[in-house]
Amino acid sequence: MLTHQDSMHILLADDDEDDRTFFSEAIQELKMNNKVTLFKDGNDLMDYLVHPEIKLPHVLFLDLNMPGKTGIDCLKEIRSNARFKDISIAIYSTSSSEKDIEDTFIEGANIYIKKPNDFSELKRVIKEVINMNWQFHTSGLNIETFFFSI
Amino acid sequence: MKLNFNFDGNIACKAILKEQLEKFGFKYQLLDLGQIEIADTVSEDVLIKLQVSLSKYGIQIIDNPKGQLIQKIKDAIIEIVYEKDKFPNVTISQYLSDKLNFRYGYLTNVFSEYTFTSIENFIIIQKIERAKKMIIEEKLTLTEISHELNYSSVAYLSTQFKKVTGLTPSMFKRIVGKKRKLSNND
Repeated sequence: MLTHQDSMHILLADDDEDDRTFFSEAIQELKMNNKVTLFKDGNDLMDYLVHPEIKLPHVLFLDLNMPGKTGIDCLKEIRSNARFKDISIAIYSTSSSEKDIEDTFIEGANIYIKKPNDFSELKRVIKEVINMNWQFHTSGLNIETFFFSI
Repeated sequence: MKLNFNFDGNIACKAILKEQLEKFGFKYQLLDLGQIEIADTVSEDVLIKLQVSLSKYGIQIIDNPKGQLIQKIKDAIIEIVYEKDKFPNVTISQYLSDKLNFRYGYLTNVFSEYTFTSIENFIIIQKIERAKKMIIEEKLTLTEISHELNYSSVAYLSTQFKKVTGLTPSMFKRIVGKKRKLSNND
């Protein structure tokens, strides 16, 4: 389990450069000790994750709509590999339909983020997500039933 | 030749501590189990050397008393969340402060500083975690679950459930059911 001295390692895959910048800026503005690694799409991310020597992240942010491997493709691939079972996965999308949210959780996501339009709202949402994920990792909660929709 | 022997770990530990502390030339006093008082201030370097010497005997210096206190707070909360009979008659702040012998204001400050959340929020997260378990077990109705967790009403439980997960309890139950079905089909 994590303690307060440890840093949370975060990966993010998004094909939109502006979104990548916004997300990493929002994450870096939090007072926690976070380390963020960015990927330009799903293929890039999966190529990285297959290396056996990498330190696995605590949480992974995936854009739902990416060319090549979509967020859901990555999600399914990651969840079918037991090596990644402790990683929480956050999917973000412009959709807020209950069905999309439900389907994403059923496929194994832990966090569903309805992408906000403005930067300050995005920061607030990221903060809540990172915080909830931190609580999850430090309090020994069950990842199978860890769902957070925001 | 084989010899059988008895030993008292306590006496052994004290003898080792005595020997080591004297080797370092400390003025010290052995307090209750697991504590020593050293008269002078000890530099970080010397402390590390002491740690190395003691670790050969399986003795670790715990240098993070706040971390221990937080663990005690968490343990106390989990105990009352999981055992209804242990739920205190007094407020939780009073209960924690009596049990751990610190002012509640101090406890909340230490807790938030290290965990990035408040004690109140930690309690809510733990209660909802237990609610999830009970919902999946399907032995109790949501109303019964709300009683079990000392909520004043089922509506209040649902509100907190939604706050922590973003989902209603019924949506949660449906998702877990479908998720399990999917993984069984694989």
